Amino acid sequence: MDASSHDVLLVGGGGAGLRAAIAAAEVNPKLSIAVVSKVYPMRSHTVSAEGGAAGVVKGDDSLDEHAYDTISGGDWLCDQDAVEAFVKEAPQELLQLERWGCPWSREPDGHIAVRAFGGMKRRRTWFAADKTGFHMLHTLFQTTLKFDPITRYDEWFVTKLLVDDGRVDGVVAIELMSGKIQAITAKAVILCTGGCGRVFPFTTNANIKNGDGMALAYRAGASLKDMEFVQYHPTGLPFTGILITEAARAEGGYLLNKDGYRYLQDYNLGKPQPNPVMRSMELGPRDRLSQAFVMEDQKGRTLATPYGSVVHLDLRHLGEKIINSKLPFVRELCLKYQNLDPVKELIPVRPVVHYMMGGVSTDMNGATPLAGLYAAGEVACVSINGANRLGSNSLSECLVFGARAGKAAALYAAEQKAADDKAMAQANDERKRLEAQFLHKQGGRERVATIREQMQKAIEKSAGIYREETSLAEGANKLFELQERYQDIVLDDRSRTFNTELEGALELGFMLDVAESIVQCALHRTESRGAHQRTDFPARDDENFLAHSLVFRKPDGSSRVEYLPVKVTRWAPGERVYGEQAPESPQQIPQAVPAGRAG
Amino acid sequence: MFAVKQPTTKVLPLYQEFHPRWYRPRVSVYWWLGQWQYLKFILREISSVFVAVFVVITLLQLRALRAGPEAYARFQHWLQSPIALAINGISLFFVLFHTITWFNLAPRAMAVRFRGKRLPEILIAAPNYVVWALVSAGVTWLVLR
Amino acid sequence: MADKIVLEIPRYSPERDVKPHFEEFEVPVHKEWVVLDALNYIKDQVDGSLTYRWSCRMGICGSCGMMVDGEPKLSCATFLSSYSRNGNKLRVEPLRYFPIIRDLVTELSDFLVKLKAVKPWLIRQEEPPLSEGEFLQTPEQLEQYKQYSMCINCTLCYAACPVVGLDPVFVGPAAIALAQRYNQDSRDQGAGDRMAVLAHPEGIWGCTFVGECTRVCPKHVDPAGAIQQYKLKAALDWVKSFVTPLGRKNTDVRREAAND
Repeated sequence: MDASSHDVLLVGGGGAGLRAAIAAAEVNPKLSIAVVSKVYPMRSHTVSAEGGAAGVVKGDDSLDEHAYDTISGGDWLCDQDAVEAFVKEAPQELLQLERWGCPWSREPDGHIAVRAFGGMKRRRTWFAADKTGFHMLHTLFQTTLKFDPITRYDEWFVTKLLVDDGRVDGVVAIELMSGKIQAITAKAVILCTGGCGRVFPFTTNANIKNGDGMALAYRAGASLKDMEFVQYHPTGLPFTGILITEAARAEGGYLLNKDGYRYLQDYNLGKPQPNPVMRSMELGPRDRLSQAFVMEDQKGRTLATPYGSVVHLDLRHLGEKIINSKLPFVRELCLKYQNLDPVKELIPVRPVVHYMMGGVSTDMNGATPLAGLYAAGEVACVSINGANRLGSNSLSECLVFGARAGKAAALYAAEQKAADDKAMAQANDERKRLEAQFLHKQGGRERVATIREQMQKAIEKSAGIYREETSLAEGANKLFELQERYQDIVLDDRSRTFNTELEGALELGFMLDVAESIVQCALHRTESRGAHQRTDFPARDDENFLAHSLVFRKPDGSSRVEYLPVKVTRWAPGERVYGEQAPESPQQIPQAVPAGRAG
Repeated sequence: MFAVKQPTTKVLPLYQEFHPRWYRPRVSVYWWLGQWQYLKFILREISSVFVAVFVVITLLQLRALRAGPEAYARFQHWLQSPIALAINGISLFFVLFHTITWFNLAPRAMAVRFRGKRLPEILIAAPNYVVWALVSAGVTWLVLR
Repeated sequence: MADKIVLEIPRYSPERDVKPHFEEFEVPVHKEWVVLDALNYIKDQVDGSLTYRWSCRMGICGSCGMMVDGEPKLSCATFLSSYSRNGNKLRVEPLRYFPIIRDLVTELSDFLVKLKAVKPWLIRQEEPPLSEGEFLQTPEQLEQYKQYSMCINCTLCYAACPVVGLDPVFVGPAAIALAQRYNQDSRDQGAGDRMAVLAHPEGIWGCTFVGECTRVCPKHVDPAGAIQQYKLKAALDWVKSFVTPLGRKNTDVRREAAND
């Protein structure tokens, strides 16, 4: 069996993965670094991010305010030490990207321009028109090309982490083009595979977002954290689920119900003003806006379409000039995919699964408890996003924690010895498993698409915007049944070369594990917080649940949920206030304790 | 709902495991016939031959001029023959075709900016036509006066 | 509008086929469906072995380029209903001029080599410390290269370019446009470093200005324009090298190119 060997191995080549690769290469140019990605890196889903990346840069802003917005936005489930590190390093990282050529939008005098964003009290979102993720990813990808120590494995699909004696030794991967299954050993592995939106039927996430890294870590014995917190973005196009960026509201867009009424004023989000007001109305946090949609829908004040109820996003009053300069991609997407022009028409939108707050449990350097395993970006849960992520924090998170994980892994790898033959034996076993279970399988009668559809339906029904015990328990049972039926899967395609059906089947296996962890965590958290709303437990319960859920995989394949207290440094849990009552200045931030007394 | 297809197991003898053979389609000799854009491009390329024909005719004309009035009269007579008219007609078509398509492409090749904004295509293409018209008018005047 | 359409797709598997053969699949036509939705329908419901790439289905990841009815298109941004009049048949093929790995999947490693060859990263003579803040760049300076920074590497322009087909070593539209994206960036000082690859018979001089790359570009990058503008500049530079005194240092040329 072929094998290749590196010091640091990245699984995933999106924003976090490429940033980590560069960080590792810069820490120690002698290290050999591998980026293993199931798609060419510039196809990674970072490319779809639109609105921007948050980082304090203007004089009227402060790190404390960014931290407070993030922590209150996350309903106090964020680890505050991580948030403080994050807000401090985010501007540096964004600046570094500027130095690598990212075409950030500018002020007339040539300085970086920033825009408002949901749940943020100050303007601090750096943007490159409304294709921020696209420009960031291509800048990072093109920059990695100049680093010789970075070897790319494009279109290689990782099926398993090699673990020996509590230490990660690399991965087993399929080279899609040839079908070759082989070990790629490494002293440190960083998972940067992004989220798992495809577990749900209606999502902004690309087809490649299957929670691969989460399941790889979970199966290798690492824990997943806060998996019940799934973010619904309030404005997706019906049918396609294409995202209409929050920047559309930050530039002044209105959300209207079927009567043309700005309904958010009825949900404790402030009074409507003609121009956008920070932390108010359309610039409230995503969880509250998506929940308001469900309420409005129950009152019968939404519009019915063949693809579910919608409300309207109104950009018409912004005028063609602003839309073309600040939101060109929104206009392009509406024209191309919805056949309407936002300059003249209302955009139908509905909440759509967008982001996973939870993920592989890591510390502030991206390290997991499993030696040699790191994670960064959406796949990880550090946690800076708590129970609800603020828009534009995730791109910055990819950079800050990608860089941190890259550095930490490089330092760790330099101290380790290379993997031994045991890794090879494991890789051989994995090859035999894949062949027996899929390529050479006799019999079987389940199709990948059938199980995938049923999984998506089951999880939407049980772990949607509002949840309760009975439906969660039903969802858990259904997922258990689907896990059984998954064993009976049969592929039409038995060939080696570019077998995307095999890839789809393996991704489905990953998604089933991730779906189960979401439902189990949601079932166990008997409170409502941020994006996790239990109709049977509508209040937040700080006494029992100011804690992260940790879900472990038991040897029999079932799961076990534990809790880990949230790290509170300077902001004691308070009420989340949006609208007019939102704090105006740093002095008004409730219970902010001076930094020196952090503990 | 759908019958499960029995996967084919027959493997081509040419195939070596894990060594994918890429299929390389060959470009047909007639690739330019399939699409008007390609045909237009090939016509523009061919037009250079007819520009050369114009040049050769002019050179022959000069030689005839040097050879004396008799030779020049013979040459002029030849110019009036159906063959010469046809050659000149075709050449004129191609030269016009070349000029017009080239002028229309000119805005692509020249990004002229004024106050940070790129000038509209028409402002780049139009002067070419204006100069062309002026030069033609000048030549006409020279010949016909 | 027809409610069914037949897709004709060339099938090729190196393990079974010497060359591709067409297969037909009947698919329903819904108003909202793009060509990619039809392919997904086939893969999920009819034949799981149909092989193609796709990811974001919002026209930004660049994975799903195909020849649709003979034209290079992003299959996620091409509505099925616009072809339902074509005698109810629609041909969907892999992008032209690329080697085929399987069915609709083309081989891209050569394209990536070309992309890297033009040094598509910001090149600086000196790198001030981060503490000095951002490089200033006015919106007008941003405007100079913005268009060329929009390339999603979908390779539709390569499938449209006959030169790529006839001369496989030609650097090609997207890579040259990307080089111009950095050459025109006010922060970059690497135009001189990129010249060797660009001002070359297989670089800009390979281009015969068919203009198809620009016509098919889904992001309006205008690679044809980028190439012709570079030709004009290279030609002027060449003329200038005769006019200006001998013994000019290489670095001067570089600096000037960077300031252009």
